[in-house]
Amino acid sequence: MKALNDLGIIIGISLMYAAPLMYTALGGVISENAGVVNIGLEGMMTIGAFTGATVAYFTGNPWLGFLTAGLAGGALAILHAIACVTFTADHVVSGIAMNFIGPGLALYLCKIFFDGAAMTLPLDLDHKIPRPLNGLFPTDSFLNSIFNQYATVYIAFLLVILVWFMLYKTKLGLRLRSVGEHPRAADTLGVNVYKIKYFAVILSGIFAGLGGAALSIAVVSNYRVSLISGQGFIALAAMIFGNWKPHGAMWGCLLFGVAQGLVVYLGGTSLKVSSQLLAMIPYIITIIVLMVFVGEATGPAANGIPYEKDRD
Amino acid sequence: MRIDYDTKIIEMKNITKKFGDFVANDNIDLTVHKGEIHALLGENGAGKTTLMNILYGLYEPTFGEIYLNGKKTNITNPSVAIRNGIGMVHQHFMLVETFTVVENIILGMETTQRMGVLDINRATKEVEELSKKYGLHVDPNAKIHDITVGMQQRVEILKALYRGADILILDEPTAVLTPQEIDELMEIMRSLASQGKTIIIITHKLKEIKQVADYCTVIRRGKKVDTVKVADVTEEDLASMMVGRQVSFKVDKKEANVGDVVLKVDNLVVKDNRKLNAVKGLSLELHRGEILGIAGVDGNGQSEFIEGITGLRPIESGRVILNGKDITNLSPKEIIENGMNTIPEDRQKRGLILDFTVAENMILENYHKEPFSTKGRLNHKAISDFSKELIEKFDIRPRDHMHIAGELSGGNQQKVILAREISNDPDVLIAAQPTRGLDVGAIEYVHKYLVEQRDHGKAVLLISFELDEIMNVSDRIAVIFNGKIVDVMDAKEADERTLGYLMAGGGTIDEAK
Repeated sequence: MKALNDLGIIIGISLMYAAPLMYTALGGVISENAGVVNIGLEGMMTIGAFTGATVAYFTGNPWLGFLTAGLAGGALAILHAIACVTFTADHVVSGIAMNFIGPGLALYLCKIFFDGAAMTLPLDLDHKIPRPLNGLFPTDSFLNSIFNQYATVYIAFLLVILVWFMLYKTKLGLRLRSVGEHPRAADTLGVNVYKIKYFAVILSGIFAGLGGAALSIAVVSNYRVSLISGQGFIALAAMIFGNWKPHGAMWGCLLFGVAQGLVVYLGGTSLKVSSQLLAMIPYIITIIVLMVFVGEATGPAANGIPYEKDRD
Repeated sequence: MRIDYDTKIIEMKNITKKFGDFVANDNIDLTVHKGEIHALLGENGAGKTTLMNILYGLYEPTFGEIYLNGKKTNITNPSVAIRNGIGMVHQHFMLVETFTVVENIILGMETTQRMGVLDINRATKEVEELSKKYGLHVDPNAKIHDITVGMQQRVEILKALYRGADILILDEPTAVLTPQEIDELMEIMRSLASQGKTIIIITHKLKEIKQVADYCTVIRRGKKVDTVKVADVTEEDLASMMVGRQVSFKVDKKEANVGDVVLKVDNLVVKDNRKLNAVKGLSLELHRGEILGIAGVDGNGQSEFIEGITGLRPIESGRVILNGKDITNLSPKEIIENGMNTIPEDRQKRGLILDFTVAENMILENYHKEPFSTKGRLNHKAISDFSKELIEKFDIRPRDHMHIAGELSGGNQQKVILAREISNDPDVLIAAQPTRGLDVGAIEYVHKYLVEQRDHGKAVLLISFELDEIMNVSDRIAVIFNGKIVDVMDAKEADERTLGYLMAGGGTIDEAK
């Protein structure tokens, strides 16, 4: 029974850590299928994590925190969209700028709201995102470890289905993907390329913001400077691993979630490995995944290429 | 009567389009009647496509007005054009490779259920009906990257028809098709016209105009020359209207003054990319003052042969002797220095750096030498003077040495390469498919320069799949088959039947006779 329970704990932790990545990776899927590379997800996730934790702390309402986190991520994404779409800037350069602005702004605001502290004050347990299935299973049971998750975990899986449906089954999705593959073709058929790109980038920011909050007000209970540290990039790697598809990205996130789950689990055992080394595991997996899959993966054909109408 | 002369479906009046200082369209009038197949003829870069892009709303004219069915219409973007029944099939297809045929057709005009959910089944049915009605066979559920170029083109036409197009603009529709697909397209165009559609076809191929068009408007350097009834004119008439002078389809050249052997290829063996022998013991001799044409069907080792002797591909065995010097397996740079230059097969991949300016492309082989650079520093004055001179001499348009090479028309790109290679004054000039994709004016131009080289006592090696070109330009013809020269003959004695027999691997001339 011990082994089964341990397995349950590992799976549970993996799902918990995969969820924030899933939001963010879905954001990446949306943006890059519309042809805008968004390495600024890291920054958007950070501003979301801060906003979520702060609003939840002051209002006592985690859902309000969660939603405003999305709005904050979306707001930052507007900047990215203006740079990349309207001013046809290099997407990577703009993304790097987002990754400076996001954390910088978060820290600055944090110091204003929390008397100069570099972290927000922790939420009370009942001010965190709730666990809807709490009490359904006996405590410490295998099923409880797996299924007694924060609501944000369930929402993440729901969003995978929704984003998949949006991309592949709706008019909007068809247009969005056409813009990422062959914007000129879309343009000649009367599709508003710029509008679609703005929509996709802003939505990706909202998703990244939600991802940040899924970390700061569910997995942990406050925002601190080191909270995101690379999660946005890991989500990006998961998206590439998943071949720019929502369900693929989900599997990528679960892989990284398991890595994180193992880190946490092994850290709690008597294994004599320094925790710093263990903490490297997800990043090492990221590098390996990128090395193995980036060569073969083919994203949308016009991904990262600024689109300019052929006007004089 | 198919053509309804009472309905002027399109009237473009005084259309002028300027890009900066460059006038792409200069006061052009165009009238097209309902049910007509109207050809727009002009050299590469004459402004045909610009005019049609204006009609389709991709560009706004600087001046001028457009009337559709007698009503003045401001076509500010493609949506307006589509609403007014205009559809355009671009030269480079506007298809999303990863989408299916149906998805491409409905994009922008999707059939949906509630909440914007796509109704692919209904759309598929609609596409199938449309495809049956006009005889445009497509596989609705196939992905674009899995279907032939001919079918991709039919998808493009269906895309326009799906949007209710009554006017179809086809931009160079045959450039990418095989001869059989071209015949099919001609049939489709006739069938569409007989069902009341109006077709404008942009082309520089005279044969096709004679085959299918009712009227032809000729454009030269942005200006309209005339609109003629195709039945009343000959191909020669059209050619001279297009180029602005008499064009001879026959190459004008005097008797060859043949000198010593300048290039000797002895028992050459070169492997292809799959590491199999593609050139299998090829030998030939090229003399000063002659053009030696190599005739052959594509894929008989021509590419590997050229790449081998120009240093781009290792030579397994055999020797290449240039001016008595062994140049086997030397680097391309050394081979150029030894007096052999090449007009490469693929002008965009091997001939030019498309992102560089014309001037930079002009000095690619000599940038490291005086006067273009001194002690590793480029001398921009010398470079621009040199390239301006060549632009003038070779009539490269636009007359702008700072123009990006990739934005030139195909004919002008080829002229840049020609100018660069000939300005080196090589003893041997290799011309590989030098006129592929060019219009008659540009072809004549390229041929003139090849003959001029030969008249200066230089040697030219011409490799081409076009039998007409080989027979017109060469002094002697060598036939390549299966990696070997099977026979060599005097061009005067060559006839199509014998050459065809040799190219198909039939044996030697004696056997042919």
